[in-house]
Amino acid sequence: MSDQTVLEVHRYLPDEDAEPRFQSYEVTYKEKWVVLDAMNHIKAEIDPTLSFRWSCRMGICGSCGMMVNGEPKLTCETFIRDYHPDTIKVEPLTHFPVVRDLVINMEDFMEKLPSVSPWLIPAEDEPLEDGEHQQTPAQVAQYQRFSMCINCMLCYSACPVYGLDSTFTGPAALALAQRYNLDSRDDGHGHRAGVVTAHEGIWECTYVGECTQVCPKGVDPAGAIQMLKLSYALDWAKSLVMPRGGRT
Amino acid sequence: MSQELTRPLPRTWWLKKASYFLFMIRELTSLAVFAYALLLILALWTAGADASFSTFYTFLNSPVSVWLHVVVLALALFHTGTWIALTPKVMVLWRDDERVEPDLIAGVTAILFLMVTGGVLWLTLA
Amino acid sequence: MADAGMNRGSDRSAPLLWLLFAGGGTVSAMLLPVMVLVTGVAVPAGWMSESDLISLIRNPLTRLVLVGLVFFFLFHWAHRFRYALVDLGFSRLGRQAWLFYGTAMVGTALAGLAAVRL
Repeated sequence: MSDQTVLEVHRYLPDEDAEPRFQSYEVTYKEKWVVLDAMNHIKAEIDPTLSFRWSCRMGICGSCGMMVNGEPKLTCETFIRDYHPDTIKVEPLTHFPVVRDLVINMEDFMEKLPSVSPWLIPAEDEPLEDGEHQQTPAQVAQYQRFSMCINCMLCYSACPVYGLDSTFTGPAALALAQRYNLDSRDDGHGHRAGVVTAHEGIWECTYVGECTQVCPKGVDPAGAIQMLKLSYALDWAKSLVMPRGGRT
Repeated sequence: MSQELTRPLPRTWWLKKASYFLFMIRELTSLAVFAYALLLILALWTAGADASFSTFYTFLNSPVSVWLHVVVLALALFHTGTWIALTPKVMVLWRDDERVEPDLIAGVTAILFLMVTGGVLWLTLA
Repeated sequence: MADAGMNRGSDRSAPLLWLLFAGGGTVSAMLLPVMVLVTGVAVPAGWMSESDLISLIRNPLTRLVLVGLVFFFLFHWAHRFRYALVDLGFSRLGRQAWLFYGTAMVGTALAGLAAVRL
């Protein structure tokens, strides 16, 4: 019947299931619904045991990331009408361990973010009396794109390098490093080198580019990483010629 | 203690999506680059004597060589195309607070490629 | 803030290897297609005779260029293919860096030796 939507939802209850399974739910097709609406309807009216994360339901909190028909998506921005009348398969974000149903363990990601020192590291002490930082629109534009990340982790699900090796620092964390490296108020380029240029950092990226494709905020983490590669490679080259000069 | 579910990435991950597949083809174009480097080494070695070079030249005229060249050319062009496309990602240029259009940078690189190609053809064949 | 140190541990070689990969990628992107056209189309089509080709190769400038191309082509291949193997699941093989860059060095040496003897 074309006025129904079928969702095949990944279920995993660690205390009961040895293996994950799929559970089929049928809901009335609603042209305005997103996948998250259907999930909330299922939980409220059909199966209260279904567990998933969500919050703002408007594409800014980054909580509701799930695999929808094999693609990492924010379920609050994924419209049922774009799949109708096909069945919609909902799974937890890939490359993360599953705690239950659609809930993934994000501790690895939570450790990676602070590891790139995502805060302003000024060149010298700046007393309050000096007043506020001033930045021209041009200076803001340098890093603005990379500041739009909502930490939704879709990029980690899209990245096969992370899928193969979870020690990889990953797209969002590295884009965040570049956000600060490009900020005119920051002088932490050298400080971040330790993490960014470690083996698990930028050099492990093989520019698949899928992270940029799935990012709901247009951050372009792949672009950030390629810029970091060139930037730190040139720093290295400069350090050969001027061991004590150049940027720190 | 609840057991978390891990889902290891299968080795065939790159066959699951068109963009992943094209990525892998792009990476494997490096084999075409390798193969042609071998040909260049061969050219340098056989050019030492007229007899050995004759064999090399005859080989270049053979159907096997032509077909191999066709495959290498296809892969080389795919490498060139993808490399031109990624140039604006690495070379980010600014005009005040506006970013220089990435397509412009790619376009200039493409024109450069055509000029280099034409230049080498003229130098070699003219 | 103190510089935490660039490229600690086993990754000190990473910037150089990446630069060689990037340089080789640019050189091969720009020049490989036209070279394939020369040896794969111009020669069989009869637009380049055997004597023309051999004197072109023996030219000292050409020899230098060809050795340079071999160097860049091989180091581009070494880096990209090594990581492709890792992405294909052969990480243990991919970790044997010496296999790939070593081959590139040997190939370059062979080209250089041949060029010098011409």
